[in-house]
Amino acid sequence: MVGEAEHGHRLTELLRSNTDALVAAWVEAVATTLRGRTTGAELERDFRELFTSLLPVASGDGRDLSGHAYAELRSLLGDLSRSRARQNFSPSETASSVFALKRVVFELVNGQDDAELFRQVLSFSTLLDGLGLLTFEAYARAREEIIKEQSEQLLELTTPVVKLWEGVLAVPLVGTLDSARTQVVMEKLLEALVETGSEHAIIDITGVLAVDTQVAQHLLKTVVAARLMGAECTISGIRPQIAQTIVALGIEFGDIATKATLADALRHALRRDGVEVVRKGERGAL
Amino acid sequence: MTPRSDGPEELPIRADDDVVRVRQLVRTYAQQVKLSLVDQTKLVTAASELARNTLVYGGGGFARVEIITADGRTGIRASFHDEGPGIPDLSLALADGWSSGKGMGLGLSGARRLVDEFDLDSEVGRGTVVMVVKWKR
Repeated sequence: MVGEAEHGHRLTELLRSNTDALVAAWVEAVATTLRGRTTGAELERDFRELFTSLLPVASGDGRDLSGHAYAELRSLLGDLSRSRARQNFSPSETASSVFALKRVVFELVNGQDDAELFRQVLSFSTLLDGLGLLTFEAYARAREEIIKEQSEQLLELTTPVVKLWEGVLAVPLVGTLDSARTQVVMEKLLEALVETGSEHAIIDITGVLAVDTQVAQHLLKTVVAARLMGAECTISGIRPQIAQTIVALGIEFGDIATKATLADALRHALRRDGVEVVRKGERGAL
Repeated sequence: MTPRSDGPEELPIRADDDVVRVRQLVRTYAQQVKLSLVDQTKLVTAASELARNTLVYGGGGFARVEIITADGRTGIRASFHDEGPGIPDLSLALADGWSSGKGMGLGLSGARRLVDEFDLDSEVGRGTVVMVVKWKR
């Protein structure tokens, strides 16, 4: 277009010459919605950076946001969304940071009777829409990363091997027992058996909500592995509803010792070791 | 009398996590109609088996869970849909201890014993739909 060639991009010029005022208005618009959770100085820094990298692409229509020209913007928005996701901002709050710039720019050009400028603002607005969606995606990705990290942490957290008595280890299982967790449990238990030289292991499933064939198979494999290492394994914490379900499913635990409670299992293990727990008075009577 | 369905909910079954999600959804429904603890556990376990079958043998699919009422009774209906290879021999698949994979071979037959109604519809090359119902006692 002739006009554009002569004067450059009208909107870009306007944006550049009003940078300070625009960034200030943008910060103000967003600060009211995010009050108290982020400081004006932080917003100012983030938005100025964003604004600066927006300027070179303000004349584009943002149709190809995955292109090279938008690389810097994408990485900036990605960082912004990630930090927002970690600070527990909602996705709308994160994306509206971008959308807020629209209003600021609309107010700047408001009242100017310039059809060309109007078209440019419209296309800039489309660009901002695209960028807003990018923040949504980046936010969702960041959240997924957080969830994945947490579930990995949980995997480690929820499978402690505890020593109940000299030679007696216990693994209290809680929640869902899938292949990955069973693998962790089995490895930890077998390692602990070697380290402590224990001969008894108790797997307590009080906290397991449902025992299906896969869980049962995992349990049986763990018991067999422990046996191969010379340790006797007891499964405890089988609640009435679990017992009935196991029977209906047709799962056979064979000759594996099972007990209703962890206390029963501990008594069983101690007895096998020749340890009898008696009250003081009773011992006196002997 | 056709059962009145109440807000069916569907969940995709694409990964191990989805099996857990289906299980949780079924549990929520079972608690909502106040199934006894034993029946809740039975239904949830059956759903777990069938959802895993959908994933492992059907190559993924979806589960649909809903509350139904018929003849003054309330129950939960759960169905599991896949477009996998189908089951060539139904009576063999429903036999105890037989597995085409490396499981215990109790999933399908066990699930049938855990519920009140069991319906298996499979066509080789087209897929499988398993529907189970547990009524409130």
